[in-house]
Amino acid sequence: MITLLLIFFPLVAAMLLLLVKGEQVKKIALGAAIVEFAISIGALFLFQKNADTQFELNYPWIRSMGINFHVGMDGISLLLVLLTTFLVPVIILTSFNKNHKNPSTFYSLILAMQFALVGVFVSLDGFLFYVFWELALIPIYFICLLWGGDDRARITFKFFVYTLAGSLLMLAGLIYLYQFTPNHTFDIAALYAAGQSLDAAHQGYVFWAMFMAFAIKMPVFPFHTWQPDTYTTAPTQGTMLLSGIMLKMGTYGVIRWLLPVAPLGVEHWAHFAIVLAVIGILYASTIAIAQKDFKRLIAYSSIAHVGLIAAGILAGNVQGVQGSMIQMLSHGVNVVGLFFIVDMLESRFNTRELHAMGGIRNVNPQFAVLFLIVLLGSVALPLTNGFVGEFLLLNGVYQYNAWIAAFAGISVILGAVYMLRSYQSIMLGETNAMTASFAPLTGSEKAVLVIICAAIIAFGVYPKPLLDIAEPSVIKLVEGFKLAIGK
Amino acid sequence: MKALILLSSLGVIALLAEIFSFKKLLYPLVIIGLITTFIFNAFDWGTDRIYFNMMRYDDFAVAFSSVLIGVSFLWFIMADGFFKEESNMTDYFALVIFSLAGAVIMVSYSNMAMLFLGIEILSIPMYVLAGSKKDDVLSNEAGFKYLIMGAFASGFLLFGIALIYGATGSFDIVEIAQTVAAGAASSIFYAGLLLMLVGMAFKVSAAPFHFWAPDVYQGAPTPVTAYMATIVKTAAFAAFLRLFYTCFQGSAATWTSIVVVMAGLTMLAGNITAVLQTSAKRMLAYSSVAHAGYMLLGLVALNQYSQGSILMYTLAYSVGSITSFGVLGYVAKAKGGDAVDSFNGLAKTNPFLAFVMTVALLSLAGIPPTAGFFAKYYIFTAAFQAGHAWLVLVAILASLIGVYYYFRIIIAMYFKHSNHEVTIEVSANHKLLFVITVLLTIALGLMPDFVIGLL
Repeated sequence: MITLLLIFFPLVAAMLLLLVKGEQVKKIALGAAIVEFAISIGALFLFQKNADTQFELNYPWIRSMGINFHVGMDGISLLLVLLTTFLVPVIILTSFNKNHKNPSTFYSLILAMQFALVGVFVSLDGFLFYVFWELALIPIYFICLLWGGDDRARITFKFFVYTLAGSLLMLAGLIYLYQFTPNHTFDIAALYAAGQSLDAAHQGYVFWAMFMAFAIKMPVFPFHTWQPDTYTTAPTQGTMLLSGIMLKMGTYGVIRWLLPVAPLGVEHWAHFAIVLAVIGILYASTIAIAQKDFKRLIAYSSIAHVGLIAAGILAGNVQGVQGSMIQMLSHGVNVVGLFFIVDMLESRFNTRELHAMGGIRNVNPQFAVLFLIVLLGSVALPLTNGFVGEFLLLNGVYQYNAWIAAFAGISVILGAVYMLRSYQSIMLGETNAMTASFAPLTGSEKAVLVIICAAIIAFGVYPKPLLDIAEPSVIKLVEGFKLAIGK
Repeated sequence: MKALILLSSLGVIALLAEIFSFKKLLYPLVIIGLITTFIFNAFDWGTDRIYFNMMRYDDFAVAFSSVLIGVSFLWFIMADGFFKEESNMTDYFALVIFSLAGAVIMVSYSNMAMLFLGIEILSIPMYVLAGSKKDDVLSNEAGFKYLIMGAFASGFLLFGIALIYGATGSFDIVEIAQTVAAGAASSIFYAGLLLMLVGMAFKVSAAPFHFWAPDVYQGAPTPVTAYMATIVKTAAFAAFLRLFYTCFQGSAATWTSIVVVMAGLTMLAGNITAVLQTSAKRMLAYSSVAHAGYMLLGLVALNQYSQGSILMYTLAYSVGSITSFGVLGYVAKAKGGDAVDSFNGLAKTNPFLAFVMTVALLSLAGIPPTAGFFAKYYIFTAAFQAGHAWLVLVAILASLIGVYYYFRIIIAMYFKHSNHEVTIEVSANHKLLFVITVLLTIALGLMPDFVIGLL
């Protein structure tokens, strides 16, 4: 029942929100998102810490095609649902100082997006997964199209077609697997069995069909070209949804669907894909160093971070996958914080150029401290949330191949370079005429930054409770994978 | 059979309206007549009766008749303006209803003679209707072109029927199939089959026989275009499928490869040319050609999914088309032109129409959770299971191209600004119609079992 509530509550809220007019829309949207968060906390308390899929529901949906409305959560799903339900209220809160036109549509689309995202993370039926996956695309497309910046029509359209192309390939892969299920069903267990019964070459085809969809969504080099433009033009809340949560659909897809469905395909192609991911890390980090636009810089840093997550998952060992789980959560929280800081600067100064700013620390030391904490989380300093995940990920990649790990490790240094450099040019140095007018933080801004900083520190100092949720499921998944490839 | 009798009587009543001057009552009468026909048609479900060895009312016929009658009901609501404006409206009513009767024959024939009669009964009123804007050159061109091309296709079809009769000695589609199965197929039979294939391809506007479609669709008055894109296409596909699924299944080896090529060409030609259009109406015309290509996938699949998938596809496509042509009619009237630019800023001036159009276009583009997505999915699966993996890949590529031009309208509506903003008043009837079609689009996408479970 609680799964159904988690999926459909945001949808109902989104529809009701369309009827609301005026100023209260924001508050009602925030209220709905907080209720959703409370429901997910309820699920967390009811959750038994083992590898089983829990809160499972299975209703027939389209009988003639063997499609079921099959949902449930194991530790992996639960963590991502928690990430979604935690970030959506924060994202709504970040918009409290802004007055978007047509607010009821805007917040309704955000909640509709949450509906689809939760659906993706709890689906245990291939077809259902695909439907939610595509469903997530429609609200974010309209959020970017209606509230985005210059040239948004072209850029959001590119984003739409790019991801749709990937999704259709995934659909082709799923239909292909469906042919091999004994009684023609899309149930996850049947698809796993069907995939594993194929020989290595055919698993390779399945791998590429599905990996393309996930790689575009994350994005992994060289499928990333839609990302910097889209992140930069999207409205801040859209960027946060894209980078904070939607990107995790791709990484989650690799864990939940790709590893178990095509283990031999993964084993054969993982080396190639990991090398792509690591090239992406180095490439994106290098470009980030050269960026002058702060929002674009963070967009590129996101490619670098997600590249490491992808490499960790594809390494196919417990440390890698577990690290990716942690890093997905940390990256989600940190990137939302960073994009919020960009938004605060942009709304005050009307520019995102790094060199135009400087010396804000002298004007507002409180902001400087909060920014520093978010930034340190992002560069993975020990005792922040970023460290735990990055350490496990590098460990996992190292077990796979030491050389690749060495190159991936450079990303930590490069990350520190561009992040600290941007901090330096924004916060330190001489205060100029523009930055001297830095308006004090409003209540909602403080609230967002404090929540994010608290999450960064709490999770960095004591990550065990969250690690424990996913661990049994991750171990089960990796053991299944290793068994299938015969190691 | 009940549907056919009722529709024919309704047509005669429409003709009498002018003489006995109850013109004003005619519109409600037709609506009530269609609802009655729909209900009586449903009673034929599961009876599977054969009439005079000419017509066979099996579940296939009843299901497609229901789609035809239901969609024409929606069409009559959409096209109410078409009947108000014209002086000779009773003729139009009669013509449309008779062509609907022809469509019902096309989905229920069991004899080649009835197939031909059905096609002619459907087509001749359409030739007249396409040219019904008498003072418009484009409409005249459309009517004329449609007549010439239609007659040409009928010639092919008739020639094919004659050759097949010569080879097998029968007009009955089951008997022909039995004769062929007994091993009596001669080269004359195959020549006839190919001629019939060409004739049917003309009717469904499959490439390379699709060149008439865009001109006719663009020139004809918008409601007539909507009728051609929905009712005519559904009937033609049902007839096509019935013929090749029942009569020519035994000789599938000779014609599937031809239809595979045709399907691929139709999808690519339709979609790629649609991208280049500036007129939204012409773009929808090319998209209609492209959709014929997707529907051919169901035909080449030739398995247990064929009938259900084509039924689902025609229904989803018809609902989407009625909506999009309805909105296009409003926009073209308000802005004085049917260019894609006319849609600029529609979301601002009339968010309701923009939303309705968006849902219709998403369905035509095949984005979940709309009916169009599931229809596409189902038809792709049917073709995939029949081993046409490459064709499915082409179809996926073609759908991606499709997204490009459907989204041009969406982007125009939500993103672009119009130079002169006109507020469009939508009549209450049409509001109701659009609410129904939107709900139908989403309901069919979420619960397709009701439709695909039928066949």
